[in-house]
Amino acid sequence: MNTPEENELLQSLLRRYEVEQFYNAEAEMLDSRRFDAWLDLLADDIRYWMPLASNQEAGNWAAEYSVEGKDLNWFDEGKFELEQRVKQIQTGLHWAEEPVSRTTHMFSNLQVDNGDDGTIRTSCRFLVYRNRTEVETDFYVGKRRDHLRRDPLRRDPLRQRSGGGLKIVRREVLLDQNVLLSKNLTTFF
Amino acid sequence: MSEKNLGSGSRLYSGDLINLDQGLISRDIFTAQGIYDDEMERIFARAWLFVGHESQVPEPGDYILSRMGEESVIFNRDRTGKLRVMLNNCRHRGMRVCRYDKGNSRKFMCPFHAWTYSDLGDLIAVPKMETGYHNELDRGEWGLIQARVTSYRGFVFACWDEATPDFETYLGDLRFYFDDYCELPDGSYDDWEAFGGIFKWKMPCNWKFGAENFGGDYYHNPSHASVDQVILSPAGTKGRHTYDDVTKKQEAWKLNIAITPEGHNARGQLFKDDYEYMPTYQEMAVVEDYFRECYAKRQERLGEKARWYGHGGTIFPNVSYSNGVQSMGTWHPSGPHQTETWRIFLAPKAAPDEVKNVLRHYVIRYQGPSGLTEQDDMENWGSSHTGARGTIARRYDFNYSMGQGYEQKGWPVEWLGGNVHATEDVSEQNQRAYYTRWAADMDQPPTSDRIAPRHATTTQAAVRAAE
Repeated sequence: MNTPEENELLQSLLRRYEVEQFYNAEAEMLDSRRFDAWLDLLADDIRYWMPLASNQEAGNWAAEYSVEGKDLNWFDEGKFELEQRVKQIQTGLHWAEEPVSRTTHMFSNLQVDNGDDGTIRTSCRFLVYRNRTEVETDFYVGKRRDHLRRDPLRRDPLRQRSGGGLKIVRREVLLDQNVLLSKNLTTFF
Repeated sequence: MSEKNLGSGSRLYSGDLINLDQGLISRDIFTAQGIYDDEMERIFARAWLFVGHESQVPEPGDYILSRMGEESVIFNRDRTGKLRVMLNNCRHRGMRVCRYDKGNSRKFMCPFHAWTYSDLGDLIAVPKMETGYHNELDRGEWGLIQARVTSYRGFVFACWDEATPDFETYLGDLRFYFDDYCELPDGSYDDWEAFGGIFKWKMPCNWKFGAENFGGDYYHNPSHASVDQVILSPAGTKGRHTYDDVTKKQEAWKLNIAITPEGHNARGQLFKDDYEYMPTYQEMAVVEDYFRECYAKRQERLGEKARWYGHGGTIFPNVSYSNGVQSMGTWHPSGPHQTETWRIFLAPKAAPDEVKNVLRHYVIRYQGPSGLTEQDDMENWGSSHTGARGTIARRYDFNYSMGQGYEQKGWPVEWLGGNVHATEDVSEQNQRAYYTRWAADMDQPPTSDRIAPRHATTTQAAVRAAE
């Protein structure tokens, strides 16, 4: 018999394992260019946000990132817009991604918690490496915070059930750059 | 790949590197370090350069960091409400005196030796004034270097050279077109308001590629074929622009407008008759009502001139404006092979939040590094730049001959400006006008011949004296 504390720990390990597996699968989809499969991981009401980062005086760090829903942001959109981005790549005529980039999505420093709205809250560091055409190379490094939700219609691969799989409801991508050092943001984070 | 250190002394710019009699431009103007160095002295030290919009510094003390050429400047509204543009550079050892992208401050202290300047640019404190300088340093001579500043309908430009004509003269016949850009959708000159934040990003190409592309390259539409297949327009329909639907149904001339000799460019369409309002935002009642009302007011305000529907253009040398997405984009030179592009977007200040939000979402996915359209533009420019560097490739000039000899001086509509060149559909007349001006400036002696470095306080003193 486990103690209640041990059971709680097991539950949190299981939850963390599930999220890790979810992110591994997601990275695999993006890096193997299965963008439609990736879109299926996003809830229909997803908010996908990447703010601009500015240099601020000590004590004014709350103003470091541009404001979602109000200011300019690198991304501040929902599923419809992300679908258009995928469609554009799939035309084969989107010259910024044709020939398509080679990407490797990595994440680490994962923390997983339960949100009070029934979502799972995660925080991690990401490193996205991109190489395209011959020598064009970019590194995107930063912090990512997600809200994940169990979806009754999405398969749960861990428990091998037809429902209860995870979907991304909210993604905040904090890129550690002020002046963007790459010429575009044609990849997903 | 090695670029010769071309530049002053080796070849003339007009007629040689820029050989427009034959529609040819040397690729070296995009890649040679010597030419780039000449640009800094002969163009950027002389021209009116865009630094920001008044709404970015609404309150006394507000500042943002901006750029002029390669250099950082403080653009602020001082405690008296006056707009200033000052080199962000300590007069003692040149360190940046302001290190934050924006804020509100009455003083700027250099972190190195603590020389401290006021928001008016005056040097107000020098440590060890008595024991170090024996009170012999004249603080009045050592304020921040200040530029001439003008606010044109809220858009703020600055210039380092007193010999450059005032901004309105500098604009020349672009005024009609830039005024059109400055107008709100309802045809008034009420306030625009910049959204918070500035897009800033690096592009691996010379700064002129963006400038000439925005100035008048309707020819490059094929590179946006992928965008035309997805839904980008704020109306939620296929196509890139708000006006795509309108022009499908109503006849218009698509015009390239070249302003000579100033070298500015405009693009837009002239409806053959009054165009009717096209419902575009049926699913968003507030937005639809707003634009329908704006359309009616604009018709009433502008009368026949409402037939002009501007798309955008470039003010020589390096700022491009886009109507519709209402942006100001500055192509900051960062060496011959790199550009740091800055872009702000604006919305009518008094518009309902729903309208601002629609516009904001549209511009984010249209322009800039995350914009569906400009991503492909940057692919073009980067590859053109690389293509200008090869030893063999460099022997062969770029072709700028499209429509040469077919430019139409004036357009049979008097109010579009009798001196402009207006050519329909596709033409490289705008690029030719731009590079003709570029070459004329480059053949001038460098500004440093007139303004010796040690007299650099002249401008600062003149700016302060004129107050």
